[in-house]
Amino acid sequence: MRTLRAALTRLLGICSRHRREDEFATEIETHVQMQIDDNVRSGMSLEEARRAALMKLGGVEQTKQAYRERGTMPLVESVWQDLRFTFRQLIKNPAFAVTAIVVLALGLGASVAIFAFVDAALIKPLPYRDPSRLVYVTESVPMIPLANLSYMDYQDWKKQNRVFTSMDAMTGSAYSLNTPSGLQLAPGARVSAGFFRTLGVVPILGRDFLPNEDSLSAAHAVILSYNGWQKWFAGRPDAIGQSITLSGVTYTIVGVLPQDFHFALRGRAEFWAALQPVGGCEKRRSCHNLIGVARLKDGVSVATAKADLVSVARQLEAQYAENKGQSAAVLPLSESILKNIRPILLLLLGGAFLLLLIACVNVASLLLVRSESRKREIAVRGALGAGPARLIRQFMTEGFVLVAASSVLALAGSYAAMRVLLSLIPKDMLGNMPYLQSVELNGRVLAFAGAMALLVAILFSLTPLLRVSFSHVRDGLGQSNRGYAGTAWRRLGANLIVVELATAVVLLVVAGLLGKSFYKLSHVELGFQPDHLATVGVMAPDVGYEKDEQLLPPTRKILERVAALPGVQSAAVTTMLPVTYNGNTTWIRFVGRPFHGEHNEVNERDVSANYFQTIKPSLISGRYFTETDDAKHPGVVIINRKLANQYFPGEDPLGKQIGDTELSAKSLRQIVGVVDDLRESPLDEQTWPAVYIPFEQSASSEFSVVLRTSQAPEAMIPTLLSAVHQAAPDFATLDEDTMERRISDSESAYLHRSSAWLVGGYAGLALLLAVVGLYGVIAYSVSQRTREIGVRMALGAQRASVYQLVMSEAGWLTGVGILAGLLCSVGAAALMRKLLFGVQAWDFSTLLAVSFVLAAAALVASYLPARRAASVNPVDALRAE
Amino acid sequence: MGDKKDVWQGTLALMVLKTLETMGPLHGYGIARRIEQTSGDLLALNYGTLYPALLKLEQEGSIASEWGTSDNNRKAKFYSLTRAGRKQLRQEARDWEQTTSILARFLTPDEEQA
Repeated sequence: MRTLRAALTRLLGICSRHRREDEFATEIETHVQMQIDDNVRSGMSLEEARRAALMKLGGVEQTKQAYRERGTMPLVESVWQDLRFTFRQLIKNPAFAVTAIVVLALGLGASVAIFAFVDAALIKPLPYRDPSRLVYVTESVPMIPLANLSYMDYQDWKKQNRVFTSMDAMTGSAYSLNTPSGLQLAPGARVSAGFFRTLGVVPILGRDFLPNEDSLSAAHAVILSYNGWQKWFAGRPDAIGQSITLSGVTYTIVGVLPQDFHFALRGRAEFWAALQPVGGCEKRRSCHNLIGVARLKDGVSVATAKADLVSVARQLEAQYAENKGQSAAVLPLSESILKNIRPILLLLLGGAFLLLLIACVNVASLLLVRSESRKREIAVRGALGAGPARLIRQFMTEGFVLVAASSVLALAGSYAAMRVLLSLIPKDMLGNMPYLQSVELNGRVLAFAGAMALLVAILFSLTPLLRVSFSHVRDGLGQSNRGYAGTAWRRLGANLIVVELATAVVLLVVAGLLGKSFYKLSHVELGFQPDHLATVGVMAPDVGYEKDEQLLPPTRKILERVAALPGVQSAAVTTMLPVTYNGNTTWIRFVGRPFHGEHNEVNERDVSANYFQTIKPSLISGRYFTETDDAKHPGVVIINRKLANQYFPGEDPLGKQIGDTELSAKSLRQIVGVVDDLRESPLDEQTWPAVYIPFEQSASSEFSVVLRTSQAPEAMIPTLLSAVHQAAPDFATLDEDTMERRISDSESAYLHRSSAWLVGGYAGLALLLAVVGLYGVIAYSVSQRTREIGVRMALGAQRASVYQLVMSEAGWLTGVGILAGLLCSVGAAALMRKLLFGVQAWDFSTLLAVSFVLAAAALVASYLPARRAASVNPVDALRAE
Repeated sequence: MGDKKDVWQGTLALMVLKTLETMGPLHGYGIARRIEQTSGDLLALNYGTLYPALLKLEQEGSIASEWGTSDNNRKAKFYSLTRAGRKQLRQEARDWEQTTSILARFLTPDEEQA
């Protein structure tokens, strides 16, 4: 306790040092005087008395020194001194301080911000019990490696597998709710009764589904997500046991899920209903609408599980014609959730590290230049008695102060960057990446930031030591000719600048390739005219609209209403908007051709008569649909070019008949037209064969309305929505948007665009830093060689040859840097092949353009110092030294 | 003065405290003189070492200091014992007595065993 008190007093004593020392000087003076008085009284002469007094004291200065050391903490005090000296140095040289701190903060901030995303997505475990034992289980066909699972297959797999402790299934859905403010739509999901038990998630309120609650005979039960509970029931605990009507069906609320629960494969579902096989789809083995989730038995690997499921699938294949060609896919659940985002995040993290590397190299070379010009100062301090340890401590203090300042800046910057990046992600995209909700400066991210800062700080405190030798104090003092030191430094600086230029080349090439990919992606052939299209999704209630005859009148009414709106050129409905996905497929069979049960899988879209006139693909042959292609008339179908080429090579498909695998009378349709491939798939996928069937002959309870407008489509959306609601008050609407915005916000476009922009930003910064670094090296080299240049010019060298001298040095460095960078970037690009679209890793034009840009920038950076060198006045230069 | 004893490590503080208890508030020079006198001039006290020791005691809160005027009208710093200092003095004096009595048993001829 006493010791602690003393330590504190001493620590505080650092501040009151001057006052205390003044006081002590008075005290010691009094002391000496008193003793002199005593000595004189005992008979000494004044001179003798003084001498004896000082001897008895043991010296005034020695006493003061002992007192001073006891007054404060010498170690802390000298660190404090170092700090104050460092701050003085930095303030004296603000350009250096600001440059170093900002450059470093850029590098650190970028890495920390991206790491926070990596942490949230890839490091933080999914919010399930023992998530590494969970797998994603689904069916697989050659055309779709990860297809959906049919309800009946799911039942068989669940019973027959030998590798899972439990297996469950889920599918997405949406529910309409009657609220005082009108019909509202809520995202939902249907899950088998054991789904949450398999995941290891326990409701925080109420109960989980009972084991048989997903059977047909059970009462309808629903569990709320935490968000849904807050949104619809304001978090009231009495929500449990209440009834709620979802899409016309009454459910009892039995539980509430934890706040951190999410299931990325089905965004932000608010209502989780028990999966009762009520839909038509669940009764057909050929209808695939589920995702399987299972927990592996102890000791079972994913590969073993897959082999087991494949053998189960093979038995089912032999048993049922519908299962022909269908195998099984099993992969870790986390991989199925993160497969799209993982390579992008790793790429961005890699890019951020490269940027940090460039920033470090830049600041290190600044430090080197400084240590070079401080050689004399260090020699003087050494000569005055500062030992190597003391000098090293001074350098370390400087390194740590620099890094600490930029770390603070970097943390603030990265926090802002995280907010900005998150706000740039469209809401729908964020819904599919719920794990990004936890992007924050948490302990792991701070630890990462601390570790990076420490690494950089150590690097920087050691950098000046490389060039400063403590043993050659005399060399330092006698340093009147700076030529020798300059050469040695130039070699090291040159190596650093080559590293920096090469890194910049890598980032530029990667950014160039991503940019080109994005360009290619956004100029992909769409096959229709996406401008001036407004769209809205429409969903009929589950009850009262099971049959086509019930659905068609309100659909016609909607179409009539919206087509009559002012500014609408034409209106149509489709079961699936273009640029959505390859899926909603059907199996077709050709009349008059041999058939062996093969699955001719094609996209099916049910569209109203005006659909093609509205979105305007080009018609290759035949005709579009007309108003008379309805249930009273023979079945017709329009196919896309891909289907015509694949199944009717060298034949005219018009007039041919297709049907389902049974060729049932109801399914037979005559091909009446061929349209050019209109893109149904995402931008980065292949076009599949497709059939278009009149909505009047095959209606659906979920569809989208498409309008072609003569004015800006955004402006039409509110009137479109109110027209739909007036025409069909019990239909819900969702996802109203324009076609162009839908495409540019689509996942593939978004991922390509954002990675291209982010890496482009890194590359721009890298280019700037590398060019500034090159300028610094060349300018320093010129300033060191002023005398040499003066001599050369005095001996008759022309200005042109001085230019050549300087520029060739820069040219050499740039050449080596670019070459090394190109080699590295082809390697780097090969690693990120999967992220490229329509571009090869060794895309020649990108490599060429990057080399050109960097060479041009380097030319500018070296021209300025070269001009300074050439304008040297030989007389001044020779006299200056 | 060749056979004078140096001050043992750690005993100076005890001497200072005891001096202040006996004499009341006193300046540095006075403390030094008093210690020498008390020791019967057997101790060689380097006066310079007294001041860091005083500072240490002050930092620990055992003594307090105040500027005042000496007998012959000089401005001097007077040190006085605090309450914590008194407690420390009692404690250390007891410890010291214990130590010396133990040592004494080792060093005196063992008559009691006879």
